[in-house]
Amino acid sequence: MKKADEHTEPKKKEPEQKQEVVIHAKGIKKSFGKKKVLKNITFDLKKGENIVVLGKSGQGKSVTIQCVVGMLQPDGGELEVFGENITAMNDDELKQLRMKIGFLFQGGALYDSMTVRDNLEFPLTRVLKLKDQKEINKKVEGVLDAVGLLDAIDKMPSDLSGGMRKRVGLARTLIVNPEIMLYDEPTTGLDPITSREISELINRLQRKYEISSVIITHDMECARITADRILVMDDGEYIAEGSYKELEKSDNEMVRSFFNEPS
Amino acid sequence: MEAQQELSGWRKWLEGIGDYVVFFTRFFRNIFAGGFEWSEFVRQCYEIGYRSMMLVGITSFIMGLVLILQLRPSLITLGAESMLPKTLSVALVREIGPVITAIICAGKIASSIGAELGSMKVTEQIDAMEVSGANPVQYLVVTRILATSFMIPLLAIIGDAIGLFGGFLALNFTDSISFSLYFNKCIASLDFTDLLPAVAKTVLFGFAVGFVGCYKGYHSDKGTESVGVAANSAVVTASLWIFIIDAIAVQITSLLFYK
Repeated sequence: MKKADEHTEPKKKEPEQKQEVVIHAKGIKKSFGKKKVLKNITFDLKKGENIVVLGKSGQGKSVTIQCVVGMLQPDGGELEVFGENITAMNDDELKQLRMKIGFLFQGGALYDSMTVRDNLEFPLTRVLKLKDQKEINKKVEGVLDAVGLLDAIDKMPSDLSGGMRKRVGLARTLIVNPEIMLYDEPTTGLDPITSREISELINRLQRKYEISSVIITHDMECARITADRILVMDDGEYIAEGSYKELEKSDNEMVRSFFNEPS
Repeated sequence: MEAQQELSGWRKWLEGIGDYVVFFTRFFRNIFAGGFEWSEFVRQCYEIGYRSMMLVGITSFIMGLVLILQLRPSLITLGAESMLPKTLSVALVREIGPVITAIICAGKIASSIGAELGSMKVTEQIDAMEVSGANPVQYLVVTRILATSFMIPLLAIIGDAIGLFGGFLALNFTDSISFSLYFNKCIASLDFTDLLPAVAKTVLFGFAVGFVGCYKGYHSDKGTESVGVAANSAVVTASLWIFIIDAIAVQITSLLFYK
């Protein structure tokens, strides 16, 4: 296995203390037709914590976070976000909840008919209903500065590279100050250097905005840099849980297969 | 096994109807939900109306021209050559203008809306709007359907005028008729019962073009191939709806005005 880079140490585990649980999932089940994708998903996300979910493609990692944000309804189990049962929410309650959750899609999901500025203004004017253009500009420039892309403010998404699109996507979700961030494969399709930059950016933003995050990935470098805790998913359930260093020494063959992959 | 397949076919069909009803309800509820997207509506009116004007204009001009050339020999045989402007204006305003404009818009606009929303669906842009707490139906669907319902009648009226002008030129290939006399004859042969039903049905045509385009794009599957399928299916379904609406509208108009 490749040695951990000296410059980007794995995240050190914070001392255990009683922390508020922001996402509580217990026994979540989800099927598509006859295919059972989630069989028994149980986890808690604490405030300010970064959880990384590792697993092979097609195992339902993304389905889990889509259930958290109400894009999909679980077939069974308990799913509470900020102490409220998401499955029992009506449209307005769900909308209110979604304002506190940021979701970074795999490709960034930028609105391709709008410039970067318009992409960032969209949630401010439609979700937060801001009217003051000065305040809007300040927020847009502030968040673009935080992701290091202030120069790209008037570019179209088609003029941006994959990494830049993800950064802008990240900026667009952060602009409404979410308390939870859900990252769907944030480094997939990027070169190793950009992947590391994105992973470090996730950490930096987590510290700056005090966000709790669930990061879906199969990029071990990303997991090493960002994870406070790692959950390993196989066949619709979590088979292992622990810090990067703990799981590195796991006896479970499936878990070891991730750590033995060249990253 | 065969019975089961038939049952599943019926179920799919019924589910499709249900999806249409749900989508229509969402559209209708969002018109009055507040926070209307005026700037996007105006942008769509420009995209749909202004950008289609040339195509509708050329087609209508040719239709007017060709209709005169086709009608002239028959009307000469009947000794009714002087009826040419009247015949053309009634045919163009009541039926040919609205239907041709709507069919052109089904090909150009329904497909482009279907492809645009389909591609937004594939690249998760619609999901991104939804999970951010914004309202994609209000921003993408309401604006487009209202823009087509508003602009296609305007395009049809402009198309009618250009078609009549095409007819005027065709008449002047062989005969000589002054511009004012020709248009006076055209306008004099039209009344309220020609104009109102024609405009009313183009509003419905516009609605069908926008609604079908949005529905097909919004409900496309997640795959690049599905963008093409959404665009293609939007054109076919919208064109079919235009003819169905036309048939019903003509029946209603006949019952109300031409007893």
